Amino acid sequence: MTVDVTINGRSVTVDAEPGTPLLWVLRDELNLTGTKFGCGVASCGACTVHVDGQPVRSCQTFIEDVAGAKVTTIEGLDSKAAAAVQKAWGELDVVQCGYCQSGQIMSAVGLLSSNPKPTDDDINSAMSGNVCRCATYVRIRAAIHRAAEIMEG
Amino acid sequence: MNIETTRRSFLGGVGAIGAAMVIGIRPNGQFAVAAESADTVINPFVRIMPDGSVQVVIKHFEMGQGTTTGLATLVAEELDAAWDNVTTDFAPANTKLYMNLFMKAQGTGGSTAIANSFLQYRKAGAAARDLMVRAAAETWGVEPSSVSVSEGKITSGDKSAHFGEMAAKAITLEPAQDPKLKDPSQFKLIGKQKLARKDTPAKINGTATFALDVKIDGMVYAVVKRSPKFGGTVKSFDLSGAKKVKGFIDAKPLANKAGIAIFAKNTWAAISAREAIKAEWDFSKAETRSHDELVSYHRGLLDNPEKQAVKGGDLAKTTNALEGADQIVGGDFVFPFLAHAPMEPLNCVIEPTENGVRFHDGCQFPTVVQMVAASILNLDVKDVEINTVYAGGSFGRRATPVADYTAEAAMAFAALGGKTPVKLVWTREDDVHGGFYRPMAAHRARIGLKDGKLVGWDHRLAVKSILLDTSFASEEIKKSGIDPAAVEGVNDTHYDIPEFSVGVTAAETPVPVLWWRSVGHTHTAFVMESLVDMAASAAKADPVEFRLGLLGGDDKDRQRLAGVLKLAADKAGWGKPQEGRFQGVAVHKSFSTYVAEIAEISLKDGAVKVEKVTCAVDCGVPVNPDVIRAQMEGGIGYGLGAIMRNQITLTNGEVDQSNFPDYEPLRITDMPEVEVHIVPSSEPPTGVGEPGLPPIGPALANAIHAATGKRVLNLPMIADGIEFA
Repeated sequence: MTVDVTINGRSVTVDAEPGTPLLWVLRDELNLTGTKFGCGVASCGACTVHVDGQPVRSCQTFIEDVAGAKVTTIEGLDSKAAAAVQKAWGELDVVQCGYCQSGQIMSAVGLLSSNPKPTDDDINSAMSGNVCRCATYVRIRAAIHRAAEIMEG
Repeated sequence: MNIETTRRSFLGGVGAIGAAMVIGIRPNGQFAVAAESADTVINPFVRIMPDGSVQVVIKHFEMGQGTTTGLATLVAEELDAAWDNVTTDFAPANTKLYMNLFMKAQGTGGSTAIANSFLQYRKAGAAARDLMVRAAAETWGVEPSSVSVSEGKITSGDKSAHFGEMAAKAITLEPAQDPKLKDPSQFKLIGKQKLARKDTPAKINGTATFALDVKIDGMVYAVVKRSPKFGGTVKSFDLSGAKKVKGFIDAKPLANKAGIAIFAKNTWAAISAREAIKAEWDFSKAETRSHDELVSYHRGLLDNPEKQAVKGGDLAKTTNALEGADQIVGGDFVFPFLAHAPMEPLNCVIEPTENGVRFHDGCQFPTVVQMVAASILNLDVKDVEINTVYAGGSFGRRATPVADYTAEAAMAFAALGGKTPVKLVWTREDDVHGGFYRPMAAHRARIGLKDGKLVGWDHRLAVKSILLDTSFASEEIKKSGIDPAAVEGVNDTHYDIPEFSVGVTAAETPVPVLWWRSVGHTHTAFVMESLVDMAASAAKADPVEFRLGLLGGDDKDRQRLAGVLKLAADKAGWGKPQEGRFQGVAVHKSFSTYVAEIAEISLKDGAVKVEKVTCAVDCGVPVNPDVIRAQMEGGIGYGLGAIMRNQITLTNGEVDQSNFPDYEPLRITDMPEVEVHIVPSSEPPTGVGEPGLPPIGPALANAIHAATGKRVLNLPMIADGIEFA
């Protein structure tokens, strides 16, 4: 089966079996390895990408479900919110092992794109699906607040 | 001049950039220097690039603990390099050149990376600086004393140059064998509150390479179907279902019969094909017990412990002392198996080379991987190359004495013919089911007090040994029959305890066990700090004051433990929690680092909310304070999740949990506020990757006792009736 999809602004035609998770198409076929495999059951958020601007778990998104959609991965981030999030992540040195951080950043960018001044509760709701085994959560929270400040200018 | 020449270059990847100067310490401890073009074998820690930038060769792997930043700091400090002009590169596998000086093998663990490298990397930086100064002096015809180096710039009067411009001259000079190191008062980078992490940029834009991201031309993808019970072996399997999966290539039993390797053209096809394979297993040597039986078995071993782990300890004398006590406190504690569950499920890539193989791996123990793979593939150790890449967490999981997952990859590679590159991928289910857990442990303790003072302490524990049956056990350890990793944190306590006996029995089970962030201290600190709290309650003493009473005198360990305890108590406002909050304290030394933590909780309809943790750490010279803070935050979070709700349980030998939904990790909603205070120190630096973890469990348990009067003895806490908000 072939599926036409726009990934990071580029139109691609993907040949994959129905039911193949978008995650594995991104990683194995398109070499977009910034999107990570963590659990395969939408429980950790390491595979978070944006589909038509909304954060989704690519491990539970079938390739046929993104036909005609616009997919953005960490490699394709290009927005005011994304720049602010990445700057804040750098300033605060949020990362440790770093493996979950693409997903954390994709979720944070999703949050700040729709809610530029999130409260701690807003952060909890948007980020509780993203696991960090290094437990960088203190800094993730601080960096999202910092990114909101950066966006305000 | 101490240069050995050879045809081989150490700088394979650097050639394209141009001639680079390399400096390092030779195996005999002497400094040596060489240009790449001279094909000189040395032990390189420092590369000077033609553009004047500095590349630091990192002998330890990076699992998030900050080693790349730490080792780069040591070189940059002594070299007076500009921090933004310093990059890092992981060392190749070469035990002789890149050994962990504490382990005598190339590997990372035991929170030793900074401690063992502190002088070695500083000397490498200082030797490079000295060469730069003398090269500039000769080039400019000035006295070396007139040459200064700052922020990567060499200057004398009106002349200036960057390192790259002096590299060609520097390699003609005799390097100093004992370069002068800076006095700590001159440090500019070591101890700096904020120094940007070297691994941050690549980890926030998706470009950092983990082993799972490596792709080799012609590579196939493999998963392994393993025995559902530990110690089972494959009898037969049926591939008819797998053959219907598009992209399936083949399946072969592993040489050790522990599983079947399934090969496919992509990861998803491999996973799908595995689902479709039916296999029969031989369970005659497998673990078939269930959780409750294993708990009873461990507790049963406490009745008559086999070994005495305290030098001069005597159970009869202790028992006698307890008879004279007017109060006895204590209890039985039980700890479950725990999976490490690093974010990156285990994986690696193996590819053929001209004479052997090359692994791409977030490799924690290169020496072990080389030896194990060489043995499986019948190769010379030197022909097992390792390209170390970032590791997506480890927490101990990648440090197996049997190199379990790289061994699997080698067997899979061999089973397929030894000519095709193979990427071996574990799924999260494989990880949770995969063993190499923090061992189950049972403790029993009876503590006697008389007039509020300790008079005797009978401590027993039963836990499977991590070390005894491995190549890591020294002759001394084998002879004693006592695994230090089983009793550390109890038998070496610094508390002043009269009549102290620690009896230990090594439990037996086919379930493979392993060090899990802070190893024995994961359970021993919990028991010790709960018991001391019980004793303080019995003595009607303040828990901090009671501990300080056991940490008196001139003993340096006691002084440093008391130091962090007082600092944490002071910063947390000990004894004066805000309305509706309850505090608990714990202090513990592990991996030569002293940490005290005060947990502050609230109750919401009886459910516990961990609000804040105040941490004080004494790790000697704080090299990178912000990395130390991050490791304390991380150790607290990692420990907290496990203590609250994680356990691996078995039913008839099969693991009950399978993925994050039933091995629920700590989430942002669970994470307390964390405040870290670092003790200023001029003592040699010690590790921080593990020591932040041990105190958090007992600090929380003691806070729960303060709030509810209940003592938690069975872990995880949810299994002992504790609810969390």
